[in-house]
Amino acid sequence: MTFSEMHEQDGTIRSCYAEVKRWIDETGIDGLHGRMDEAEAIFRRIGITFAVYGEGGDPERLIPFDLLPRVFSRLEWERLDKGIRQRAQALNAFLYDAYHRAEILRAGLIPQDLVYQNEAFRPEMIGFDPPGRVYSHIVGIDIVRTGPDQFEVLEDNCRTPSGVSYMLENREIMTRMFPGLFSKGLVTPVDDYPALLLRTLKEVAPPACKRDPVVVLLTPGSLNSAYYEHSFLADLMGIELVEPVDLFVDNDRVWMKTTTGPRAVDVIYRRIDDDYLDPLAFRPDSLLGVPGLFHAYRAGGVTLCSAPGAGLADDKAIYVYVPEMIRFYLGEEPILSNIPTWQCGTESGLAYVLEHLGELVAKEVHGSGGYGMLIGPQATSEAVAAYAARIRANPGGFIAQPTLALSTVPTLGESAVVQRHADFRPFCLVGSQMRLVAGGLTRVALTEGSLVVNSSQGGGVKDTWVLRN
Amino acid sequence: MLSRTAANLFWMARHLERAESTARLITMGQRMAVLPGSAYRDEWRSVLRVTGCEPFHTRSGPVTEADVVRILLLDSENPASIHSCLVRARANGRSVRTKLTQEMWEALNLSWRRFEGYGLDEACQELPALIDWVKTRASVFRGAAETGMLRHEGHDFMRIGGAIERAQMTLRLLDVKYYVLLPETDVVGGGRDHYQWSSVLHALSGIRAYHHVYGGTYSPAHISDFLMVNRAFPRSVAYCVDQMRWHLERLAQEHGVLATCHKTVDEIFEFLLDGQDGAIFQRGLHESVQQCLKLTNRLANEIAESYYF
Repeated sequence: MTFSEMHEQDGTIRSCYAEVKRWIDETGIDGLHGRMDEAEAIFRRIGITFAVYGEGGDPERLIPFDLLPRVFSRLEWERLDKGIRQRAQALNAFLYDAYHRAEILRAGLIPQDLVYQNEAFRPEMIGFDPPGRVYSHIVGIDIVRTGPDQFEVLEDNCRTPSGVSYMLENREIMTRMFPGLFSKGLVTPVDDYPALLLRTLKEVAPPACKRDPVVVLLTPGSLNSAYYEHSFLADLMGIELVEPVDLFVDNDRVWMKTTTGPRAVDVIYRRIDDDYLDPLAFRPDSLLGVPGLFHAYRAGGVTLCSAPGAGLADDKAIYVYVPEMIRFYLGEEPILSNIPTWQCGTESGLAYVLEHLGELVAKEVHGSGGYGMLIGPQATSEAVAAYAARIRANPGGFIAQPTLALSTVPTLGESAVVQRHADFRPFCLVGSQMRLVAGGLTRVALTEGSLVVNSSQGGGVKDTWVLRN
Repeated sequence: MLSRTAANLFWMARHLERAESTARLITMGQRMAVLPGSAYRDEWRSVLRVTGCEPFHTRSGPVTEADVVRILLLDSENPASIHSCLVRARANGRSVRTKLTQEMWEALNLSWRRFEGYGLDEACQELPALIDWVKTRASVFRGAAETGMLRHEGHDFMRIGGAIERAQMTLRLLDVKYYVLLPETDVVGGGRDHYQWSSVLHALSGIRAYHHVYGGTYSPAHISDFLMVNRAFPRSVAYCVDQMRWHLERLAQEHGVLATCHKTVDEIFEFLLDGQDGAIFQRGLHESVQQCLKLTNRLANEIAESYYF
């Protein structure tokens, strides 16, 4: 049965939603719709847009925003907070291990091939110690809820998870439009995220850097779908937003081209994939990238956040082993559980998946953004058959999970408050210490019954509240 | 500041200025086209020529208003059309968003798609309103910059870009229309009259200002003086050069470096100073205009070099 986050089983309102409920009743559906239009106009005007790959049409589509906040109680959050930090720590420990002695492989807990044959594995990183031994400085963990106490991790994002700008903007819009809701101080603020991010980035400056580190945010450019977020974060941190053409490497240091000549850079928060970072080290045919960047990194002239090769830890085939990592590196039991996952790369897994494909959610191991996935119960039998053929052709490239009854959250429908499925992505910062703001991005599937919340697939976003008590 | 940021601010201002100047030129064309004998003089052609867009007119025969609206307002293939300029200004702004204020960005962001898929007939019918709209957008942007933008070097680059584009538009107009102001020789297309002269002033929205400075009569010497060396009229070449000098000077102080562009801007300044009191007219208007065009082009290149664009 689907868990409704707003209601107890008997239909009464759960106490953490009391304030939201009061506000909905007070404002009325028409009133809320009026304010929704207002909110949309504000988003459009300030240009918060999200480009969708491969769909044509408007390259600067507005991501739908739903007014009704998603609420966590203090108790719920305390547990999430511990579980998220635990996971972020274990993932970084695994990355360090994978690029050093690989104890976890020697212990036989993870198959060697899964690491060494992995596309995200970067042999160039072997034996290198990134500052603070941190590989993934911003860990975005996608969490779904299936019951009052069941929080499960859908996937990890260790490279450059996006969406935090929506967390900040959604709260900003809500505060601007409904100051009364926040005046009682019930909701934990999230607006210190940029300051915490900057502090985290400065902490991992190269040991040789003795000054206040110069941090930049490296974006592929204004055509990238997350460009808005890049400029937004750079702005709030007061750092330069650079493109690859702005940087060059000389004498093992990275420099940016300014109107007064070259200026040295210490830390690069890069929002560019490994492949396109440096044509000398990675894809030689890349026209993006800064030649020599990786060499400067290994020489200790600059820190890259996240480290090249950090994507190994968020691979969907590796995901299965995260609970093992938590036990192995931290000696703790996982606080957040994994979703049972069948790997088509194994014989038994493949047999099970092919037999039950109509009931499962199947995904490409290296896919992201909700592309190339199959939701068995909602697909036609032709689509299921076609997907099965794809799996047979390359079993190792696919995993499958049970179709989860994602919890639902109240969402503004045309004539009433309706229940829609949602997930949650918090952003854990890892520097010389771990930091986590009480909040994150709630994505909601706006179509009735839909389980796909990705913004690239028509999902929307909403403000996420963590109550103070 | 990143060189790319400076370059984008510079070009953003140029594109916006260009869109606005072109809008003013179209207004001039409309005014001229209703005067007697206009078909013979092919006034619309001169509008295309001033903007360097004559090659986009491939049909033979005189240029019509619809041709100009298509080429200069709507055509997304023509990099100098108002449509293209707005799209480019916005693209420049988007890639340096953090250096713009919210209001500046909103002004840019609201403008850029206005002419996408706009029908030609529709545009011709609504032309005066569309032209006003373009001018208003430019004013809103400038106003937002005036009262909200941090006076860092980015502001200087933006102002310099705008001033160069504005000076060049005035120069190109004089380059194409100089024969109207010639004292002696026969003029192409028959008798000169004050309509012709006033058209040039109209194109630069300077007719009232002209009368304030020179009284009620038109003379070629006064008009060329007004548009070239008058330092109070914001669309005169001299005024724009003063602006460039002032902002380049600020950059020099901030960076502690004098570059070649500083020498060049002084050279243009001196050249115009020597042309005061009618001297520029005596010296030969056409040659002076050519010289200034050459120097401002050089200046733009040197700025790009000096600041690593």
